[in-house]
Amino acid sequence: MVVPDAETKPFWDGIATGELRIQRCPACEKAVFYPRAVCPHCFDGEPIWIRAAGTGTVYSYTVAHRAFGEFAAQAPFTVALVDLDEGVRMMTRIVDARPGEVRIGARVRLEMTTLTPDGPQLPCFRLVEQA
Amino acid sequence: MSARRRAAIVGVAESEVGKTPHLTVLSQQAIASRAALAEAGLDRDDVDALFVAGGWSWAPALALAEYLGLRPRYLDGTNIGGSSFEAHLGHAAAAIEAGRIDVALIAYGSTQRSDRTRNAPRPATLGEQFERPYGLPLPVGAYALAANRYLHQYGVTSEQLAEVAVNTREWARLNPNAYHRDPLTVDDVLASPMICEPLHKLDCCLVTDGGGAVVVAASDRWADVATRPVVVLGHGESTTHHTIANMPDLTVTGAARSGPAALGMAGVTHDDIDVLEIYDSFTITVLLTLESLGFCKPGEAGELVGGGRTAPGGALPMNTNGGGLSYTHPGMYGIFLLIEAARQLRGDYAATDPRRQVPGAELALVHGTGGVLSSTSTVVLGRG
Repeated sequence: MVVPDAETKPFWDGIATGELRIQRCPACEKAVFYPRAVCPHCFDGEPIWIRAAGTGTVYSYTVAHRAFGEFAAQAPFTVALVDLDEGVRMMTRIVDARPGEVRIGARVRLEMTTLTPDGPQLPCFRLVEQA
Repeated sequence: MSARRRAAIVGVAESEVGKTPHLTVLSQQAIASRAALAEAGLDRDDVDALFVAGGWSWAPALALAEYLGLRPRYLDGTNIGGSSFEAHLGHAAAAIEAGRIDVALIAYGSTQRSDRTRNAPRPATLGEQFERPYGLPLPVGAYALAANRYLHQYGVTSEQLAEVAVNTREWARLNPNAYHRDPLTVDDVLASPMICEPLHKLDCCLVTDGGGAVVVAASDRWADVATRPVVVLGHGESTTHHTIANMPDLTVTGAARSGPAALGMAGVTHDDIDVLEIYDSFTITVLLTLESLGFCKPGEAGELVGGGRTAPGGALPMNTNGGGLSYTHPGMYGIFLLIEAARQLRGDYAATDPRRQVPGAELALVHGTGGVLSSTSTVVLGRG
C-alpha cells in the first residue's frame, strides 16, 4: 500500500495522469529523485517539479523468483534500477520481458501500468526494441 | 596525568539461538546479558551505560533497562541495522575514553523466526513508497541488484559467490551451536532454489531467533574482571544510503570509509589482521565488503576467498563461527561478530576445539553491514 504524503503527492498525481514527474534544483540544475524540500546535491536550492522524458538505461536488475503477499503469484518478475536520461535512478518493474532478455545497459521506456488489482498506477518500463 | 583510558570487551554471551518459541525479545536479551556479565565477573549494578538496537519497541533502550532493572546514566539507541553493534562498541569506547562511563552493556535479541513476521506487508511511506510497490522482496532483492551489477562489471561468477558459503559452512561444522552443520559444496549452493537472481537460497543468511550481549569496560576496571580484555583499538562507521536505488555505486560499500578509519585509528594495516569477522547477510555482502575494506582490488574478492583461503586452515580465517550463512542470523547479526572475535582473541577455543582456534590470533577486524548495504561499522580489536 502506497501512502503518499504532502511532499510526494505531486508525483502520484502525475502518475495518475500518465506523467512521470521528477524534480530539478534551480540552483545547481541537477535532477532530484525522490522528491525533497531541499536539494541533496547542493543543499541550497528548493527543487521544482519537471516532467521526465520517460527514457532510461538499466543500471542493474534482478528476477525475483520468490515474493510475498500480493506479489507472490507474480513471480518470476523483473525489478530493475533504471537511470533516467535526466540523471536520476529509480526502482521499477520491467514489464513483458522474456526470461534472460533484460540486460544491464539495455534501453527502456516508460509504461504506466498497475501491478496489483487494487494498486496504484506505477511508472514501469519496457525494453526498447533494438534496431 | 594518567595514561589514556581505554575500552575493552570483557564479557560476551549468546542466549539460545535457532528456534526459541519459549523466549521473547526481552528474555533473549536478559539471558545473554546476565551470562556476559557473569563471564566478566561484573554485577548488573556495575553497568552504567546501555546500548540497544532493534525495531521491537518505540524505545528499545527504555524497555530493556526496565526489564533488566538497570538504571543506566548513559543511553545509546543507535539503530542502523545489523551493523548497529559495531557502532555501539565504537560509541562505548569513545564514552569510556572521554571518562563518561565505566561499564557498558550492549544487547540484542530477536524472535523473528518464531514470530514469522519477517515478510509481513507494511505500508510504504517516505522513501519506501518508491520501492515497495514493485514487489521486490527485501532485503534479498536489493542485494541481488548489487550482485548482478557486480558480476556484470567484473566477470565474477556465481560459483565464486558460492565459495563464500562453502568456506563459512566449514567453520559452522566446528560450531556445536550452528544451525547448519552438514557438508556443503559449490554445486549444492547453485542447485538450491533461486530466490532473486543471481542469489540462491544458500547465498542467503539464515532466519533464526537468538540474542547476544557484550560487556565493555574501562581500563581502570580491567584488574577486576575475570577475562582477558579484548581491547578496542579502532572504529569507523558510515552510511551511503537508505533505499537501494540511492546507493551511489552498487559495488562499493561504506566499508571504503569505515574500514580505513578503523585501521587508521588502530595504527595497523590489512596484513596485520589475523582473523576477519565480516557480516555475511548474503554471499555478495562478503565479497563487496572485502574489496571496499581494501583487502584486495575491485573484482578480485572471488579469488581472495577461493580455494578455501577463508576456511579453517586457510591463510585468511573469516567468519569462524559459521557466520550468518550457517550459524545464526536473528535479523541483526552484528553482535555475534563481536562475540566470536572476542573468543578468538582470548584463545577460548584452544582448549575446547583447537581446529576452530585461529593460531596466534592477536588482531581481529570486525565489520558490520546494515540495511540494504546501507550502513557499515568497522572495529579493530586486539588481544589485551
